[in-house]
Amino acid sequence: MINITYAKYLINENNENCSVEITIDGITKGVPLDEANTDYQNILQWVADGNTIEEAD
Amino acid sequence: MSTIEVNKITPVSGGTTIQVGESGDTITVPSGATITNSGTANNFTSYRPNAKPLIINGDMNVAQRDTSVTGITGDGYKLCDRWYEYLSSLGTYTFAQESQSIHNPAGGAGFRQAFRIDCTTADASPSASDEFWFGMKFEGQDLQLIKKGSSNAEKLTLAFWVKSNKTGTGQVNFRDTDNGRMCSGTYTISSADTWEHKIINIAADTSGAFTDDNAESLQIQWYLDSGSNYEGGAAPTAWETDVATDRNAAGTLNIGDNTANDWSITGVQLEIGEYTSSTLPPFQHESFADNLDRCHRYYISYGNVGTTQSGFPARAYSGSGLMWAVTLPKPLRASPTVTLTGTIRAFGSSNTHDSTSAFGVTSYANTNSTIVMLQSTGFSGLSNDRSYNVMAINDTFYTLNAEL
Repeated sequence: MINITYAKYLINENNENCSVEITIDGITKGVPLDEANTDYQNILQWVADGNTIEEAD
Repeated sequence: MSTIEVNKITPVSGGTTIQVGESGDTITVPSGATITNSGTANNFTSYRPNAKPLIINGDMNVAQRDTSVTGITGDGYKLCDRWYEYLSSLGTYTFAQESQSIHNPAGGAGFRQAFRIDCTTADASPSASDEFWFGMKFEGQDLQLIKKGSSNAEKLTLAFWVKSNKTGTGQVNFRDTDNGRMCSGTYTISSADTWEHKIINIAADTSGAFTDDNAESLQIQWYLDSGSNYEGGAAPTAWETDVATDRNAAGTLNIGDNTANDWSITGVQLEIGEYTSSTLPPFQHESFADNLDRCHRYYISYGNVGTTQSGFPARAYSGSGLMWAVTLPKPLRASPTVTLTGTIRAFGSSNTHDSTSAFGVTSYANTNSTIVMLQSTGFSGLSNDRSYNVMAINDTFYTLNAEL
Protein backbone atom coordinates (compact mmCIF):
# COMPACT_ATOMS: atom_id res chain seq x y z
CA MET A 1 0.00 0.00 0.00
CA ILE A 2 1.84 3.12 -1.25
CA ASN A 3 0.47 6.54 -0.38
CA ILE A 4 3.20 8.90 -1.62
CA THR A 5 1.87 12.41 -2.29
CA TYR A 6 5.17 14.22 -2.99
CA ALA A 7 8.59 13.14 -4.19
CA LYS A 8 11.56 15.32 -5.11
CA TYR A 9 15.27 14.60 -5.53
CA LEU A 10 17.81 16.13 -3.17
CA ILE A 11 21.31 16.82 -4.47
CA ASN A 12 24.65 16.65 -2.73
CA GLU A 13 27.57 19.05 -2.86
CA ASN A 14 28.51 17.70 -6.32
CA ASN A 15 25.01 18.41 -7.64
CA GLU A 16 24.28 14.70 -7.87
CA ASN A 17 21.01 13.17 -6.78
CA CYS A 18 21.60 11.51 -3.41
CA SER A 19 18.16 11.19 -1.77
CA VAL A 20 14.48 11.59 -2.48
CA GLU A 21 12.38 13.76 -0.22
CA ILE A 22 8.92 12.21 -0.02
CA THR A 23 5.71 12.76 1.82
CA ILE A 24 4.05 9.45 2.61
CA ASP A 25 0.99 9.11 4.82
CA GLY A 26 1.49 12.79 5.72
CA ILE A 27 5.07 12.37 6.96
CA THR A 28 8.09 13.87 5.15
CA LYS A 29 11.12 11.62 4.85
CA GLY A 30 14.54 11.68 3.21
CA VAL A 31 15.03 8.40 1.39
CA PRO A 32 18.44 7.26 0.11
CA LEU A 33 18.88 5.87 -3.39
CA ASP A 34 19.49 2.39 -2.01
CA GLU A 35 17.44 -0.54 -3.28
CA ALA A 36 17.86 -2.28 0.08
CA ASN A 37 15.89 0.56 1.69
CA THR A 38 12.22 -0.41 1.85
CA ASP A 39 11.01 3.19 1.37
CA TYR A 40 13.10 3.43 -1.81
CA GLN A 41 11.59 0.12 -2.94
CA ASN A 42 8.17 1.75 -2.49
CA ILE A 43 9.29 4.82 -4.46
CA LEU A 44 10.47 2.62 -7.34
CA GLN A 45 7.09 0.88 -7.31
CA TRP A 46 5.36 4.26 -7.22
CA VAL A 47 7.38 5.36 -10.26
CA ALA A 48 6.60 2.07 -12.00
CA ASP A 49 2.94 2.87 -11.43
CA GLY A 50 3.37 5.95 -13.61
CA ASN A 51 4.40 8.66 -11.16
CA THR A 52 7.41 10.97 -11.49
CA ILE A 53 10.01 12.23 -8.99
CA GLU A 54 10.55 16.00 -9.32
CA GLU A 55 14.04 17.18 -10.11
CA ALA A 56 15.95 19.02 -7.38
CA ASP A 57 15.91 22.82 -7.22
CA MET B 1 22.95 -57.43 22.77
CA SER B 2 21.02 -58.20 25.93
CA THR B 3 18.04 -56.08 26.96
CA ILE B 4 16.85 -55.00 30.40
CA GLU B 5 13.17 -54.06 30.59
CA VAL B 6 12.40 -51.93 33.64
CA ASN B 7 10.29 -48.82 34.31
CA LYS B 8 12.59 -47.13 36.75
CA ILE B 9 16.21 -47.29 37.91
CA THR B 10 16.88 -45.92 41.39
CA PRO B 11 20.04 -45.56 43.51
CA VAL B 12 20.85 -48.20 46.08
CA SER B 13 19.38 -47.59 49.49
CA GLY B 14 20.83 -44.41 50.98
CA GLY B 15 22.36 -43.26 47.72
CA THR B 16 21.40 -40.35 45.46
CA THR B 17 23.41 -40.93 42.29
CA ILE B 18 23.35 -43.38 39.46
CA GLN B 19 26.35 -44.00 37.23
CA VAL B 20 25.99 -45.18 33.64
CA GLY B 21 29.11 -46.76 32.14
CA GLU B 22 32.74 -45.88 32.80
CA SER B 23 35.03 -43.06 31.75
CA GLY B 24 35.75 -43.41 28.05
CA ASP B 25 32.60 -45.37 27.32
CA THR B 26 30.21 -44.25 24.59
CA ILE B 27 26.54 -44.00 25.61
CA THR B 28 24.36 -44.11 22.50
CA VAL B 29 20.83 -42.79 22.18
CA PRO B 30 19.33 -44.33 19.03
CA SER B 31 18.24 -42.13 16.15
CA GLY B 32 14.63 -41.09 16.57
CA ALA B 33 14.65 -41.45 20.35
CA THR B 34 13.67 -38.44 22.51
CA ILE B 35 15.13 -37.40 25.85
CA THR B 36 12.49 -35.40 27.66
CA ASN B 37 12.84 -32.87 30.42
CA SER B 38 10.03 -33.18 32.97
CA GLY B 39 9.93 -29.39 32.84
CA THR B 40 11.56 -28.91 36.22
CA ALA B 41 14.74 -31.01 35.97
CA ASN B 42 17.95 -29.10 36.68
CA ASN B 43 21.07 -28.93 34.49
CA PHE B 44 19.07 -30.16 31.54
CA THR B 45 20.08 -27.86 28.72
CA SER B 46 18.60 -27.99 25.26
CA TYR B 47 20.62 -27.86 22.09
CA ARG B 48 20.19 -24.33 20.79
CA PRO B 49 22.24 -23.37 17.73
CA ASN B 50 21.57 -19.63 18.06
CA ALA B 51 23.57 -17.64 20.60
CA LYS B 52 21.00 -14.84 20.72
CA PRO B 53 17.20 -14.99 20.41
CA LEU B 54 16.01 -15.24 16.81
CA ILE B 55 13.17 -12.88 17.73
CA ILE B 56 14.55 -9.45 18.59
CA ASN B 57 12.63 -7.62 21.35
CA GLY B 58 10.35 -10.57 21.98
CA ASP B 59 9.72 -9.23 25.48
CA MET B 60 8.50 -5.87 24.07
CA ASN B 61 10.81 -3.93 26.37
CA VAL B 62 12.26 -1.58 23.73
CA ALA B 63 9.97 1.08 22.21
CA GLN B 64 12.11 3.84 20.68
CA ARG B 65 9.30 5.25 18.52
CA ASP B 66 6.58 5.62 21.12
CA THR B 67 4.90 3.85 24.00
CA SER B 68 1.34 4.71 22.97
CA VAL B 69 -0.03 5.63 19.54
CA THR B 70 -3.66 6.41 18.72
CA GLY B 71 -5.62 6.63 15.49
CA ILE B 72 -3.72 3.95 13.60
CA THR B 73 -5.30 3.14 10.24
CA GLY B 74 -2.28 2.10 8.16
CA ASP B 75 0.69 -0.19 8.16
CA GLY B 76 4.18 0.30 9.56
CA TYR B 77 6.41 0.10 12.60
CA LYS B 78 4.50 2.10 15.20
CA LEU B 79 5.41 1.02 18.71
CA CYS B 80 7.77 -1.63 20.11
CA ASP B 81 10.95 -2.01 18.05
CA ARG B 82 11.04 -4.61 15.27
CA TRP B 83 7.29 -5.30 15.52
CA TYR B 84 5.37 -4.46 12.37
CA GLU B 85 1.68 -4.34 11.64
CA TYR B 86 -0.07 -4.48 8.30
CA LEU B 87 -3.44 -2.74 8.30
CA SER B 88 -5.49 -2.04 5.23
CA SER B 89 -8.87 -0.33 5.66
CA LEU B 90 -9.97 -2.47 8.57
CA GLY B 91 -10.78 -0.19 11.47
CA THR B 92 -8.79 2.20 13.65
CA TYR B 93 -6.59 1.18 16.56
CA THR B 94 -4.58 2.33 19.56
CA PHE B 95 -1.29 0.57 20.22
CA ALA B 96 0.29 0.69 23.66
CA GLN B 97 3.27 -0.79 25.43
CA GLU B 98 1.37 -2.11 28.43
CA SER B 99 3.01 -2.81 31.79
CA GLN B 100 2.24 -6.19 33.32
CA SER B 101 1.90 -6.97 36.99
CA ILE B 102 4.37 -9.45 38.38
CA HIS B 103 1.29 -11.23 39.67
CA ASN B 104 -0.33 -12.00 36.31
CA PRO B 105 0.81 -15.05 34.31
CA ALA B 106 2.84 -13.16 31.70
CA GLY B 107 4.37 -10.76 34.20
CA GLY B 108 5.08 -13.64 36.53
CA ALA B 109 6.93 -15.39 33.70
CA GLY B 110 9.27 -12.39 33.50
CA PHE B 111 7.49 -10.36 30.83
CA ARG B 112 6.67 -6.98 32.37
CA GLN B 113 5.79 -5.30 29.05
CA ALA B 114 3.34 -6.34 26.34
CA PHE B 115 2.23 -5.01 22.96
CA ARG B 116 -1.47 -4.17 23.28
CA ILE B 117 -3.83 -3.45 20.38
CA ASP B 118 -7.20 -1.83 21.04
CA CYS B 119 -9.88 -1.35 18.39
CA THR B 120 -11.23 2.22 18.54
CA THR B 121 -13.27 2.31 15.32
CA ALA B 122 -14.78 -0.98 14.27
CA ASP B 123 -15.27 -2.45 10.82
CA ALA B 124 -17.46 -5.49 11.22
CA SER B 125 -17.88 -5.97 7.48
CA PRO B 126 -14.42 -5.67 5.93
CA SER B 127 -14.09 -5.48 2.16
CA ALA B 128 -12.62 -8.52 0.45
CA SER B 129 -9.08 -7.13 0.22
CA ASP B 130 -8.90 -5.73 3.77
CA GLU B 131 -6.51 -7.32 6.24
CA PHE B 132 -4.89 -6.75 9.59
CA TRP B 133 -1.92 -8.70 10.87
CA PHE B 134 0.81 -8.21 13.43
CA GLY B 135 4.27 -9.62 12.96
CA MET B 136 7.99 -9.52 12.37
CA LYS B 137 10.22 -9.57 9.30
CA PHE B 138 13.63 -11.27 9.18
CA GLU B 139 16.81 -10.84 7.15
CA GLY B 140 17.71 -13.92 5.11
CA GLN B 141 21.29 -13.95 6.37
CA ASP B 142 20.02 -14.43 9.92
CA LEU B 143 17.97 -17.51 8.99
CA GLN B 144 20.59 -19.73 7.36
CA LEU B 145 20.76 -21.92 10.47
CA ILE B 146 17.25 -23.16 9.58
CA LYS B 147 18.80 -24.74 6.43
CA LYS B 148 15.51 -24.23 4.62
CA GLY B 149 15.52 -25.61 1.12
CA SER B 150 17.85 -28.51 1.98
CA SER B 151 17.37 -32.08 3.12
CA ASN B 152 18.64 -30.93 6.53
CA ALA B 153 15.93 -28.29 6.95
CA GLU B 154 14.91 -27.72 10.57
CA LYS B 155 11.50 -27.74 12.18
CA LEU B 156 10.63 -24.59 14.13
CA THR B 157 8.72 -23.83 17.30
CA LEU B 158 7.06 -20.50 18.00
CA ALA B 159 5.95 -19.71 21.56
CA PHE B 160 4.24 -16.62 22.93
CA TRP B 161 1.92 -15.23 25.59
CA VAL B 162 -1.39 -13.85 24.29
CA LYS B 163 -4.50 -12.25 25.80
CA SER B 164 -7.73 -10.93 24.29
CA ASN B 165 -11.27 -10.10 25.30
CA LYS B 166 -12.30 -12.51 22.56
CA THR B 167 -12.04 -16.27 22.65
CA GLY B 168 -11.49 -18.23 19.48
CA THR B 169 -8.81 -19.33 17.05
CA GLY B 170 -5.93 -17.26 15.77
CA GLN B 171 -3.81 -18.17 12.75
CA VAL B 172 -0.05 -17.58 12.56
CA ASN B 173 1.71 -17.75 9.19
CA PHE B 174 5.37 -18.24 8.34
CA ARG B 175 5.69 -16.65 4.90
CA ASP B 176 8.87 -17.20 2.91
CA THR B 177 8.98 -14.01 0.84
CA ASP B 178 11.99 -15.19 -1.19
CA ASN B 179 10.19 -18.16 -2.66
CA GLY B 180 6.49 -17.38 -2.22
CA ARG B 181 5.90 -20.21 0.24
CA MET B 182 3.93 -20.45 3.44
CA CYS B 183 3.27 -22.68 6.45
CA SER B 184 0.84 -22.01 9.31
CA GLY B 185 -0.21 -22.94 12.79
CA THR B 186 -3.16 -22.02 14.96
CA TYR B 187 -3.72 -21.19 18.61
CA THR B 188 -6.87 -21.07 20.67
CA ILE B 189 -7.71 -18.35 23.17
CA SER B 190 -9.74 -20.32 25.67
CA SER B 191 -10.47 -17.70 28.34
CA ALA B 192 -11.25 -14.05 27.71
CA ASP B 193 -8.98 -11.40 29.26
CA THR B 194 -6.56 -14.04 30.52
CA TRP B 195 -2.89 -14.45 29.60
CA GLU B 196 -2.31 -17.84 27.98
CA HIS B 197 0.95 -19.37 26.76
CA LYS B 198 0.79 -20.82 23.23
CA ILE B 199 3.13 -23.04 21.26
CA ILE B 200 3.03 -23.57 17.51
CA ASN B 201 5.14 -26.11 15.63
CA ILE B 202 6.18 -25.37 12.06
CA ALA B 203 7.25 -28.11 9.68
CA ALA B 204 10.66 -28.24 8.02
CA ASP B 205 10.78 -27.13 4.39
CA THR B 206 13.15 -28.88 2.01
CA SER B 207 12.18 -26.52 -0.82
CA GLY B 208 13.12 -22.88 -1.33
CA ALA B 209 16.30 -21.68 0.37
CA PHE B 210 16.35 -18.27 2.04
CA THR B 211 18.57 -15.82 0.16
CA ASP B 212 21.73 -15.14 2.15
CA ASP B 213 21.61 -11.35 2.30
CA ASN B 214 20.30 -8.39 4.29
CA ALA B 215 16.89 -8.30 2.58
CA GLU B 216 13.62 -9.69 3.89
CA SER B 217 13.21 -13.46 3.60
CA LEU B 218 10.60 -14.37 6.20
CA GLN B 219 7.53 -12.86 7.81
CA ILE B 220 5.77 -14.24 10.86
CA GLN B 221 2.19 -13.02 10.81
CA TRP B 222 -0.42 -13.17 13.54
CA TYR B 223 -3.63 -12.56 11.58
CA LEU B 224 -6.11 -10.49 13.57
CA ASP B 225 -8.81 -9.89 10.98
CA SER B 226 -9.35 -9.98 7.23
CA GLY B 227 -11.76 -9.83 4.30
CA SER B 228 -12.78 -12.74 2.16
CA ASN B 229 -9.66 -12.63 -0.05
CA TYR B 230 -7.73 -14.14 2.87
CA GLU B 231 -10.31 -16.65 4.04
CA GLY B 232 -12.05 -19.72 2.69
CA GLY B 233 -9.03 -21.98 2.20
CA ALA B 234 -7.25 -24.05 4.83
CA ALA B 235 -4.39 -23.16 7.17
CA PRO B 236 -1.48 -25.21 5.77
CA THR B 237 0.46 -27.23 8.34
CA ALA B 238 2.97 -28.23 5.64
CA TRP B 239 4.84 -25.72 3.50
CA GLU B 240 3.01 -24.86 0.29
CA THR B 241 3.00 -22.25 -2.43
CA ASP B 242 1.53 -19.11 -0.85
CA VAL B 243 -2.24 -19.04 -1.29
CA ALA B 244 -4.05 -15.85 -0.25
CA THR B 245 -7.24 -17.60 0.84
CA ASP B 246 -5.24 -19.76 3.25
CA ARG B 247 -3.69 -16.87 5.19
CA ASN B 248 -6.55 -16.39 7.65
CA ALA B 249 -8.59 -19.46 6.83
CA ALA B 250 -8.69 -20.68 10.42
CA GLY B 251 -8.87 -17.32 12.18
CA THR B 252 -12.02 -16.45 14.08
CA LEU B 253 -10.82 -13.61 16.32
CA ASN B 254 -11.96 -10.70 14.07
CA ILE B 255 -10.40 -8.08 16.33
CA GLY B 256 -11.74 -5.27 14.12
CA ASP B 257 -15.40 -6.09 14.52
CA ASN B 258 -16.07 -4.22 17.76
CA THR B 259 -14.56 -1.32 19.70
CA ALA B 260 -14.61 -3.49 22.81
CA ASN B 261 -11.91 -5.69 21.28
CA ASP B 262 -8.29 -5.88 22.31
CA TRP B 263 -5.39 -8.27 21.69
CA SER B 264 -2.05 -8.36 23.52
CA ILE B 265 1.13 -10.33 23.05
CA THR B 266 4.53 -10.71 24.72
CA GLY B 267 7.24 -13.27 25.45
CA VAL B 268 7.64 -14.28 21.82
CA GLN B 269 10.35 -16.84 21.14
CA LEU B 270 11.31 -18.78 18.03
CA GLU B 271 13.28 -21.97 18.47
CA ILE B 272 15.06 -24.28 16.07
CA GLY B 273 13.51 -27.73 16.52
CA GLU B 274 10.19 -29.17 17.61
CA TYR B 275 9.15 -28.60 21.22
CA THR B 276 6.11 -29.04 23.39
CA SER B 277 4.99 -27.09 26.45
CA SER B 278 7.02 -29.46 28.63
CA THR B 279 10.21 -29.44 26.52
CA LEU B 280 10.33 -25.82 25.36
CA PRO B 281 13.68 -24.21 26.27
CA PRO B 282 13.43 -21.15 28.51
CA PHE B 283 13.04 -17.70 26.93
CA GLN B 284 16.44 -16.08 26.36
CA HIS B 285 16.06 -12.93 28.43
CA GLU B 286 18.47 -10.14 27.47
CA SER B 287 19.36 -6.99 29.36
CA PHE B 288 17.57 -3.86 28.17
CA ALA B 289 20.89 -2.55 26.82
CA ASP B 290 21.58 -5.69 24.80
CA ASN B 291 18.04 -5.68 23.46
CA LEU B 292 18.25 -2.00 22.46
CA ASP B 293 21.64 -2.62 20.85
CA ARG B 294 20.16 -5.22 18.51
CA CYS B 295 17.22 -2.94 17.68
CA HIS B 296 19.66 -0.20 16.64
CA ARG B 297 20.55 -2.17 13.52
CA TYR B 298 17.10 -1.21 12.23
CA TYR B 299 16.13 2.08 13.88
CA ILE B 300 17.84 4.90 15.77
CA SER B 301 16.28 8.04 17.20
CA TYR B 302 18.34 11.18 17.81
CA GLY B 303 17.17 14.43 19.23
CA ASN B 304 16.37 16.82 21.92
CA VAL B 305 14.94 15.42 25.12
CA GLY B 306 14.00 18.23 27.47
CA THR B 307 16.87 20.71 27.38
CA THR B 308 19.52 18.31 26.11
CA GLN B 309 20.69 18.94 22.57
CA SER B 310 22.59 16.55 20.37
CA GLY B 311 25.16 18.40 18.29
CA PHE B 312 27.32 17.43 15.34
CA PRO B 313 30.01 19.41 13.49
CA ALA B 314 28.86 20.32 9.98
CA ARG B 315 30.13 21.97 6.80
CA ALA B 316 28.19 24.29 4.51
CA TYR B 317 28.51 23.47 0.82
CA SER B 318 26.19 26.22 -0.38
CA GLY B 319 24.03 29.00 1.00
CA SER B 320 21.32 26.47 1.86
CA GLY B 321 23.10 23.14 2.09
CA LEU B 322 24.79 21.69 5.14
CA MET B 323 26.25 18.20 5.59
CA TRP B 324 27.43 16.40 8.68
CA ALA B 325 28.52 12.97 9.82
CA VAL B 326 26.58 11.07 12.45
CA THR B 327 28.29 8.29 14.34
CA LEU B 328 26.03 5.26 14.68
CA PRO B 329 25.96 3.01 17.74
CA LYS B 330 26.25 0.10 15.31
CA PRO B 331 26.06 -0.50 11.55
CA LEU B 332 22.60 -0.24 10.05
CA ARG B 333 21.00 -2.95 7.94
CA ALA B 334 20.86 -0.60 4.94
CA SER B 335 21.15 3.06 4.09
CA PRO B 336 18.50 4.68 6.28
CA THR B 337 15.44 6.79 5.65
CA VAL B 338 15.74 10.04 7.63
CA THR B 339 12.70 11.62 9.22
CA LEU B 340 12.79 15.02 10.89
CA THR B 341 10.21 16.17 13.40
CA GLY B 342 10.81 19.80 14.34
CA THR B 343 13.74 22.06 13.53
CA ILE B 344 17.43 21.49 12.99
CA ARG B 345 19.45 24.58 13.95
CA ALA B 346 22.93 25.35 12.62
CA PHE B 347 24.98 27.43 15.04
CA GLY B 348 27.64 29.59 13.38
CA SER B 349 30.16 31.86 15.01
CA SER B 350 27.68 34.69 15.48
CA ASN B 351 24.35 33.61 14.03
CA THR B 352 21.96 30.68 13.67
CA HIS B 353 20.15 29.12 10.73
CA ASP B 354 17.14 26.81 10.88
CA SER B 355 15.94 24.03 8.61
CA THR B 356 12.75 22.05 8.78
CA SER B 357 12.89 20.36 5.39
CA ALA B 358 14.95 18.84 2.57
CA PHE B 359 16.59 16.41 4.92
CA GLY B 360 18.34 13.36 3.55
CA VAL B 361 21.22 10.93 3.39
CA THR B 362 24.27 12.01 1.43
CA SER B 363 26.00 8.68 1.70
CA TYR B 364 26.21 5.53 3.72
CA ALA B 365 29.39 3.90 2.51
CA ASN B 366 28.52 0.30 3.24
CA THR B 367 26.51 -1.75 5.66
CA ASN B 368 29.51 -2.39 7.91
CA SER B 369 30.03 1.33 8.49
CA THR B 370 29.22 3.22 11.68
CA ILE B 371 29.25 6.61 9.96
CA VAL B 372 26.35 8.04 7.95
CA MET B 373 26.49 11.40 6.17
CA LEU B 374 23.34 13.49 6.49
CA GLN B 375 22.45 16.76 4.79
CA SER B 376 19.76 19.38 4.52
CA THR B 377 19.27 21.98 1.81
CA GLY B 378 16.54 23.66 3.80
CA PHE B 379 18.76 26.31 5.42
CA SER B 380 19.38 29.86 4.16
CA GLY B 381 22.16 32.39 4.57
CA LEU B 382 24.93 29.87 5.14
CA SER B 383 28.51 30.76 4.18
CA ASN B 384 30.02 28.23 1.83
CA ASP B 385 32.76 26.02 3.30
CA ARG B 386 32.22 27.39 6.80
CA SER B 387 31.84 25.05 9.77
CA TYR B 388 28.70 24.98 11.89
CA ASN B 389 27.36 22.97 14.78
CA VAL B 390 23.98 21.37 14.04
CA MET B 391 21.59 20.58 16.84
CA ALA B 392 18.05 19.34 17.23
CA ILE B 393 16.22 22.06 19.17
CA ASN B 394 13.02 22.41 21.15
CA ASP B 395 11.92 18.78 21.29
CA THR B 396 13.04 18.13 17.74
CA PHE B 397 14.10 14.62 16.93
CA TYR B 398 15.19 12.85 13.85
CA THR B 399 15.25 9.20 13.14
CA LEU B 400 17.25 6.81 10.99
CA ASN B 401 15.11 3.93 9.78
CA ALA B 402 16.58 0.84 8.12
CA GLU B 403 13.74 -1.54 8.89
CA LEU B 404 12.73 -4.37 6.60
